[in-house]
Amino acid sequence: MSEEGGEPAGAPVGRRTVLGLLALGGAGIVGGSWVQNGLARLLGPIEARDPTGLIALFPLGDVFRFYSVTGSVPTKTAATYRLTVSGLVARPATYTLPDLQAMPQTALVSDFHCITGWQVLDVHWAGVPLSALLDRAEPSAEATAVRFRSFDGTYTESMTLSRARRRDVIVALQLLGGPVSHDHGGPVRIYAASMYGYKSTKWLSGIELTRGEVPGYWEHRGYPLDGTIKN
Amino acid sequence: MTPPTVPARRNLDRFSRAERAVHWITATLMIVCIVTAAVLYNGSLSIKVGHRHVVELIHVYAGFALPAPMLLGLASAAYRADLARLNRFSPSDWRWLRSRTRRDGLIRVGKFNAGQKLNAALTAGATLVLLGSGLLMFYPGLARLSWRTGATFVHDWFALAVGVLVLGHIAYAIKDREARRGMRTGRVSASWARAEHAAWAEDVDVGPDQDDKRA
Repeated sequence: MSEEGGEPAGAPVGRRTVLGLLALGGAGIVGGSWVQNGLARLLGPIEARDPTGLIALFPLGDVFRFYSVTGSVPTKTAATYRLTVSGLVARPATYTLPDLQAMPQTALVSDFHCITGWQVLDVHWAGVPLSALLDRAEPSAEATAVRFRSFDGTYTESMTLSRARRRDVIVALQLLGGPVSHDHGGPVRIYAASMYGYKSTKWLSGIELTRGEVPGYWEHRGYPLDGTIKN
Repeated sequence: MTPPTVPARRNLDRFSRAERAVHWITATLMIVCIVTAAVLYNGSLSIKVGHRHVVELIHVYAGFALPAPMLLGLASAAYRADLARLNRFSPSDWRWLRSRTRRDGLIRVGKFNAGQKLNAALTAGATLVLLGSGLLMFYPGLARLSWRTGATFVHDWFALAVGVLVLGHIAYAIKDREARRGMRTGRVSASWARAEHAAWAEDVDVGPDQDDKRA
């Protein structure tokens, strides 16, 4: 297209810029996770110790993004926190935080993957294996799934009983070398290493044995009931 | 015959109604995207505001809508003509970009200066990249996990870049009252046009207009 007199037509730099950015974006989508992992390995340790918090403002390394689906979530302390195990079990129980801390703990170093793509690699987790709590509750024969509730009052998630018994599913009390902070879903949350983050219920308040998986918060909003990470 | 002396308050038409509508609708959608992006990205804001799914939906649908005004604008001839102007870089545009004294008016600028052209191209391209990467993040079934991780990486960095472009755009607008008037009312003073966009002013300024005759 030519312009009116006075202004020469010139090269279509605008179009080339747009196409160049599209190519860059496409390359970033295909190769970005590789670049991101490199950056994370390089900057993660610095970012974790950055007293100013400035590094976290830039999308340099792997950082947790904090999800909350309700308005405000109450803060629970060692004095006020309770975890109930109920449903299709012979022995329903209520645990306090000291109760959970007194049980044998398991530690694992594993990645956190959000289904949308963000990830945090090599995260230190520790807590009570979920299977230990399930064994104590003695699920009845018809129990085939486990449903988690959050004390945010809204969030629920489910997984099959056999998946819930896996060794990499824990009732996490420790994250990143300290107690699970409130923003991370503390004092107690689920961590299921082989599943996307939405299965790792934050602010855990209840574990209920059910007949079949009950679609939870994100399943009602389009995420698959089976949250197993597929590459 | 000498050209008539130009009265101070003469106006030139700069942006049509359709172009201004495209600008302001895009601006509103962009601001919604940026504000919701801040809530989704910044951890302390995320927890304070909560309601992640609602914030996410507002962000995503404002983002989906972002290209719509620009596409609808194509129905307007004035918009298409300005798009063509933004697309083309003349040798003097490159000189203008390199010059340290580019604002002295010695390099005669057309309807858009090279900075405006560059900003338009970068914002348009980045918006499309944000749309594509955002789609992969919002519909996780579309791509494998490593591509979604890549999409998040791309989305983060392009969003940061667009944020800087938008801030720069607003900063220049704040500094230039007459440029703002151009986008608000569609008209600019002939003296401003001659100072900032001499080549364009010469093309469109064909003599005293209606306002003049009344004066």
